[in-house]
Amino acid sequence: MTTVPNPAATLKRGWFHRFQGGGILSLLALLAVVVAFASASIGSYPISLHDWWNLLRAPSADSTVQIVLLQIRLPRLLACILVGGGLALAGSSYQGLFNNPMVSPDILGASAGAGLGAAVGILLGLDFVAIQALSFAGGLVAVLLAWVLASGLCRRGDPVLMLVLVGILIGSMFTALISLTKYVADPFNKLPAITFWLLGSFASITQKDVWLAGIPIALGCIPLLLLRWRLNVLCMGEQEARTLGVNTRALRFVVIVCATLITAASVSICGMVGWIGLVMPHLARMVVGPNHKILLPTAAIMGGCFLLLVDDVARTAGALEIPVGILTALIGAPFFLFLLMRERRHKA
Amino acid sequence: MILTLDHVTGGYGSKTVVDDVSFTLNPGEVVCLLGANGCGKTTLFKMILCLLKPRHGCVRLGGEEIANWSRSRMARSFGYVPQLHTPPFDFEVRDIVLMARASHLHHFASPGKEDIRIADEALDYLGILNLASARYTEISGGERQLVLIARALAQQAQWLILDEPAASLDLGNQIKVFHAIGELAKTGLGVLMTTHQPDHAFLYASRVVLMSEGRVLACDTPAMALTEPMLQIAYGVPVSVVEIGAHPGVKPGIKMVVPNQL
Repeated sequence: MTTVPNPAATLKRGWFHRFQGGGILSLLALLAVVVAFASASIGSYPISLHDWWNLLRAPSADSTVQIVLLQIRLPRLLACILVGGGLALAGSSYQGLFNNPMVSPDILGASAGAGLGAAVGILLGLDFVAIQALSFAGGLVAVLLAWVLASGLCRRGDPVLMLVLVGILIGSMFTALISLTKYVADPFNKLPAITFWLLGSFASITQKDVWLAGIPIALGCIPLLLLRWRLNVLCMGEQEARTLGVNTRALRFVVIVCATLITAASVSICGMVGWIGLVMPHLARMVVGPNHKILLPTAAIMGGCFLLLVDDVARTAGALEIPVGILTALIGAPFFLFLLMRERRHKA
Repeated sequence: MILTLDHVTGGYGSKTVVDDVSFTLNPGEVVCLLGANGCGKTTLFKMILCLLKPRHGCVRLGGEEIANWSRSRMARSFGYVPQLHTPPFDFEVRDIVLMARASHLHHFASPGKEDIRIADEALDYLGILNLASARYTEISGGERQLVLIARALAQQAQWLILDEPAASLDLGNQIKVFHAIGELAKTGLGVLMTTHQPDHAFLYASRVVLMSEGRVLACDTPAMALTEPMLQIAYGVPVSVVEIGAHPGVKPGIKMVVPNQL
């Protein structure tokens, strides 16, 4: 109603403005290609530009460069992009769905469930694929349990709040069960294996893992990307979203299924890699704003790049590989603090 | 389309909040729903909007029961303007208004040029097109209220349901908002709103539904419904209805409600 432009409305936010449209996405995609190319080149066996040129000019199946690239580095690269992008996408969707910027993809217990599945698999001495399958199943079961319990408890009241509360409960219960499996595990071989799995690492990724996790991650990402604009409406809260014509229960169900597929598949191949699903949506929101139509793809590309870079550090920084889960927490937590401080400054 | 409430009864759990409410409203009317805190206004709104199932009775629009309508059909029939709130994310005003298009779009679709035109038109109608790229969290309360009304307009529904549209507005913005609502009703839109100020009903409503303890006390023109005894029953305090600025034989005055004891 005021005809005078509101000065607060035209305020720019420091060195970030909000970018509109596809420009920022193309820029980020270009950045992702550069990061992927650099990540493929560095490592304990560095690949120089000359090697790349030779490889492109005359590919030969038995050259060391090609074996290192195709057998070791490419699967790892793809896994980082899938997991980093997937977790950032799942995190952004959950923050919209739960109407809360402090939510991460494991809020309903998906990571704890998948971790427990893996821990039990290792405890039982199963082979690698079976451990991964059990881990994936564990993640799905944990979230299913949260969904069923929350629906049962929530005859009236806020279904979203109930889901979060039950999810936190299920998560901490499954974490306790993980501790139990560690307690009873053989301390000389199985306990270290469980511990190492839970720390999160891409060290043992193979081509097969990429396929195994890539399919559920893609199955989770595609519906989220298709439905992404509707997530905006959910940010208005449950009741208002319904009056705006959104079938909130159905949308919530689809989003939770998709995010769970992504999270469980991620944990099943690389263990628990935290913080990406919480921090990347914030970073993306800072650059492109909260509209999920552009936020989701932006967060996904940023998540993929971030995990690629962190994994580069993990495999090149020390003589021994540093578990990537430790690094994402070490980098993610202070970075999150920095983002929060920026937000505070601008709100003040 | 005519909105009919037919013996609507409902509440939460075993508690009955709305008890046997019946009335019929016509498009083009501005209807004020009045009553003390906790008399069931919000619960009645929830049942009209199908957010809460009535225990008995039903709500009809154009003679058709709405109980089993899809959410998108509901949204194309009723534009709801909630009480002011601040979402956790700082959406742009235009993005907030575009959310209204959810009920007109396919599940996987996002708003296109036509939807943006409709959203901008709604903003322009309320005189706030200049705020289109502002952040919703950074504009004033009055502006936010107008944005929510613009969003309801962009829903292109036949009825506007407003929950205390004037609650957090200053005098100037109140007058502007009610003026805009009145203009909308003239275009054939049905308007049903709650307010805590009987004065607003005297000024702007064509009809009043006065509620007390879940029941309808009166459903009539403001002058007929808002009499001193009725207001005393509804609000539990003795009040007087005074008329100011009247010129006998020329024009009627404006009625206001004032407390008996000061």
